[in-house]
Amino acid sequence: MHRFANPARFLKIARPLTGWLFWPGLALILIGSACGLFVTPADYLQGDTVRILYIHVPAAWLGMGGWTGIAVAALMQLVWRHPLAAIAGRAIAAPGALFTAICLMTGSIWGRPTWGTWWEWDGRMTSMLVLLFLYLGYIALANASARDGQGGVSNVTAIFGLVGAVNIPIINRSVVWWNSLHQGPSITLRGSSIDGSLLWPLGLTLLGFSLWFGAIVLMRMRAILAQNKVEARMQRLARG
Amino acid sequence: MKAKHQRLFLALAALVAIIGAGLLAVSALKDEAAYFYTPGDVKTKGVEPGKAIRLGGMVVKGSLKRAADGVTIRFDVTDGKATVPATFSGIAPDLFKEGSGVVAEGAFDGKGTFVATNLLAKHDERYMPRELEGMSYNESTHEMKAER
Repeated sequence: MHRFANPARFLKIARPLTGWLFWPGLALILIGSACGLFVTPADYLQGDTVRILYIHVPAAWLGMGGWTGIAVAALMQLVWRHPLAAIAGRAIAAPGALFTAICLMTGSIWGRPTWGTWWEWDGRMTSMLVLLFLYLGYIALANASARDGQGGVSNVTAIFGLVGAVNIPIINRSVVWWNSLHQGPSITLRGSSIDGSLLWPLGLTLLGFSLWFGAIVLMRMRAILAQNKVEARMQRLARG
Repeated sequence: MKAKHQRLFLALAALVAIIGAGLLAVSALKDEAAYFYTPGDVKTKGVEPGKAIRLGGMVVKGSLKRAADGVTIRFDVTDGKATVPATFSGIAPDLFKEGSGVVAEGAFDGKGTFVATNLLAKHDERYMPRELEGMSYNESTHEMKAER
C-alpha cells in the first residue's frame, strides 16, 4: 500500500481511473433505473411502488459502505501513518452522508404508501438516522481540527471514524435483533427473496452507484491534493 | 516492540473493547428497543389495560369483519404463539389485509381486546411479480414452490 504513498504515483493512476469509474457508472445507473422503471413487472403486493427499491438499496449500501471505508482509512492512518488514508477519509465523508440522506428520504417516500407512515422510530430507521448524524459529526470534527496545508483528517477525527463503525453491524442486524416495522433482509448468503425478474436491475444500479461513488472519492482526493499543493506554494511565496 | 506494532495492538484492542461495549449495550436494549409487542409477549409478560403500546403480528385469515357502522373493523392478531382480538375505527393503509403483517398503536381495554388508534401495514421481505402470487415460500431457503 505504501507504494501509493507518493502523491505523484497515486495521481498517475487516479487521474485515468476517475473517468473509467465515472462514465461506466453513469451508464449502469441510467440503464438500471430505466429497466427498473419500465421493464420489470410490478410487485404482487406493492404494485409500482416497489420500483423505488432500485435507488433506495444502493443508497443504503453506499451509506454503510462509506463509513466502512472511513473506518478502514482511519485504521491505516492511525497504525501505518499512511499519508493518503487521512485524505481518503475526508473524501469519503461527504458522498457517504449524501447517500445516507438519499436512503432516508427514499425510505420515507416508500413508507408512506406501503406502511402508512412517513417515519417511525423503529430500529432500522433510527440506526440509519444515527449514521447520518455520525457523518455530519465527522465532517464538522474534520473541519474544526484541520490544519493549514494538510487536507486530510486529524487523528482525533480518525478515532471518531473508528468508534462510529460500531453502528454499521447494528444497522445491518437491527431488523433481526429487534421487532421492527422495516422488513427483514431480502438478500442473504442463502439467496434472495426478491424474485429474479425484479432483482436484475438492482444489480445494475448497485454496481453503477458503487463505481460512481469511487469516482467521486477519487475526484475529491485529487482536489484535496491539489489544494495542498496550492497552499504549500502560497506559503513559499509569502515567505519570499 | 516496534512503534508501528504498538499502534496496531492499541488500535485493535480499542476496537475489540468498543465492539464489545456496543454488543453489551445492544443485548441490554433487546427488549426496550423492540418496536412492538407480539401477542406472545403480551401473553407471557402481561400488559396492563390502558397502557399505550404497539401490537405487531399477522392478521388471522378469515378474522377481518366490518361492524355495522361501516368504519369499525375487528380482526385477530397472531404471532403463532398467541392470538389477540383487536378493533380499529378509521382508514386502514392499502396493504392492510388478512394474512399480512400489521403494527397497531393503541391500548388494551378491560376485556382483553386491543383498541387500535392507528394501523400500520408491515410487509415481508419478498418481492415478486403478480404471476407468482400464491406460490408457497420456504423462509429458510428462500425457495418458491408452486402450491398444489
